[in-house]
Amino acid sequence: MSAMQVSNLTIETLKKMFSEGKRFDGRGLLEHRHLDVSLDISNKAEGSARVKIGKTEVIVGVKLTLDEPYPDSPDKGNIMVSGDLLPLASPRFEMGPPDFPAIELPRLVDRAVRESGMIELEKLVVKPGEKVWTVIIDIYPINDDGNLIDAATIGAIAALKHTELPEIGKDGKIDYENSSGKKLPLAKGIAPISFSFFKLGNSIILDPTREEEEACETRITFGISDWNGQHMINSCQKNGSEIFTKAEIEHIMDILPKKFDDINEKLKKSLK
Amino acid sequence: MVYKRTSGRALTEIRKMTAKVGVVPNADGSAMFAFGDTVAIAAVYGPRLLHPQHKQNPSTGILRVNYDLLSFSVYDRKKPGPSRRSQEISKVTEWALSPVLNLKEFPNTVVDVQIYIIQADAGTRTAGINAASMALAHAGIPMKNLVTSISVGKLDKDLIVDLDKSEEDFEGGEGPTDFPIAKIANTDEYTLMQLDGKIQPEVVKKVLKLADKACEEIYEVQKKALKEVVSQ
Amino acid sequence: MIMMRNKINEAHEAAEEVSDYSEDSNKKRKIVIPGEIIVKGEDYLPSEGARREGDNIVASRFGLAEEAGRVVKVISISGAFIPRRGNVVIGRVIDITFYGWLIDIDCASSGFLPVEESPRFIRKEEMSSFLAIGDVVAAKIWSVKPKGIDVILKGKGLGKLEGGFIFRVIPSRVPRVIGREGSMINLIKEKTGCNVTVGQNGWIWIKGPNTDSEIKARKAIEFIVDKVHVEGLTDKVEEWFNKN
Repeated sequence: MSAMQVSNLTIETLKKMFSEGKRFDGRGLLEHRHLDVSLDISNKAEGSARVKIGKTEVIVGVKLTLDEPYPDSPDKGNIMVSGDLLPLASPRFEMGPPDFPAIELPRLVDRAVRESGMIELEKLVVKPGEKVWTVIIDIYPINDDGNLIDAATIGAIAALKHTELPEIGKDGKIDYENSSGKKLPLAKGIAPISFSFFKLGNSIILDPTREEEEACETRITFGISDWNGQHMINSCQKNGSEIFTKAEIEHIMDILPKKFDDINEKLKKSLK
Repeated sequence: MVYKRTSGRALTEIRKMTAKVGVVPNADGSAMFAFGDTVAIAAVYGPRLLHPQHKQNPSTGILRVNYDLLSFSVYDRKKPGPSRRSQEISKVTEWALSPVLNLKEFPNTVVDVQIYIIQADAGTRTAGINAASMALAHAGIPMKNLVTSISVGKLDKDLIVDLDKSEEDFEGGEGPTDFPIAKIANTDEYTLMQLDGKIQPEVVKKVLKLADKACEEIYEVQKKALKEVVSQ
Repeated sequence: MIMMRNKINEAHEAAEEVSDYSEDSNKKRKIVIPGEIIVKGEDYLPSEGARREGDNIVASRFGLAEEAGRVVKVISISGAFIPRRGNVVIGRVIDITFYGWLIDIDCASSGFLPVEESPRFIRKEEMSSFLAIGDVVAAKIWSVKPKGIDVILKGKGLGKLEGGFIFRVIPSRVPRVIGREGSMINLIKEKTGCNVTVGQNGWIWIKGPNTDSEIKARKAIEFIVDKVHVEGLTDKVEEWFNKN
């Protein structure tokens, strides 16, 4: 891949291809590339995962720290999602202060995780009003071939599901070398998955490669999870200056539940 | 009394090494290298345009290395952003690699090397150099030879190769000496040398011989990984 | 043979000067790493990518070492595009200046295309009507100097490209895509009915009668670039077309 931006003629050809339901790699417009998830990427993290969707690769790690609770939530633990578009992953990512995509990525993952209620924050209190666990999720793309947001969210969920609380020593300090054996308290059955729908012309696609993503004009990302047996949307963000029509949004609402079930299945298979 | 290593290794035994080339498809060259639990990945982009212009060298391309730990690579989460330690390691790594590179054909350009530690258990800079060396070769950069790197040292009086974290923290007697080196493969030319601890001059000579032998083993691992990328 | 020669785009002829991927079995080949001994002996002559060290010819880069008679060189099989005069490249317009266009040709420096290179006289105000930002050209490198790269549009197959799409392959695999005297690229054109222009910088333009033929041509090329060290590639590609 190079840093060269997508060209006008390629955009026009992709527009035509999508309108015919075709993609270069032969997928359907709403079809995902091969998904592969593995765990325990770092034994120094309390939980970690590596996600590969096609050639896109993201690694996510979870670290736990003990802090004071926020003043407006003295009986709840905290979540913090952070990340960096490492220059390693793409000739487009540069060293230096984060640009908007670098800021947006952790925020979208944060929203999907937080709003789903997946992490039981009330169970993360060690001493009410004084000491609570902070769950810090760090996201690092390793290779950007499109759809980083969805890959990162899957990575965060996989890592969280396999996170264990570390031991707290007698001095009140965390002993990271030893696990308490207790898993991070998670609400049963809730695991949000993110779906970013990209639009080019009148076509809507899922899981674009980097080339497809750059040609697309706008995107809308939904975080959706299983809540008490129902499909529940927890978060949404539209990005870009083109519009989505009501018909398009309604169509997406029709597709989402099936896509969630499909990817959820694939995720479970991959983690076996 | 000879020191018994917690890993059960012999004193001069290197941890299990793994290496793979081509791990970042977007990069011009890339590789992963691990000493036991210490895992480093490196990606090379270039020769490419160097910004800002005043840093350009009209007679040659330059090498620029960025090394850092991922926040969850260590028990105490490392806050994102370069630390002084990572800046120092970036610089010594650059000095470790540049003697083998010939960038005169590429004036005004930069060859960027990005090194990240995914999991740290001592020897991170040496793993980083080994990964970067393969990544530079993979990127087709004109290169005299590979660079190999290992930490040698001493625990009290015992000479030792490839210290892990528990050994870096060793206490007793003359204490731990950590001596990371890098050399141009199959030569007597050292490109990186740092030392922390207590070691007598005559012992330094002995320990360098151990390093030479270890580097020969590392070179074979690097060579194998590079040759395997073609059949992928 | 003469017909084939005439059909071959000037764009491709430049490739053969750069490196020859002929499947001539008189040449011995193996993958080498920097510093590795390729052959021993005073009779050998080191060429591109190789050097002499005492009795040995040693690799000065990672790649495919090739012995042709006494001459030993190392062909690059990976890495960024290194621009040379005469290379045909495909690029994207990134800026319009007073004197011409800046073209991103995917290497360390962008290419500069002077306004005089346009096929007909253009006034300064009309520059974007010929080439706007985001448009694509097939150009030839005229000069590579420390201050920058100059490109021209004069030559067969060069100029503004319209329709179709462009995509990138690893630059060092380009000779494989072209084949000896253009045999591979002509096979692809014949089997898909597409127009194909291959840039030395790894960028390839495809335009076909329909979407399916364009997709097929790209797939065929991606099949080819995957195979670094394979003999009888033309036959394998024929087979691929029969299956697909």
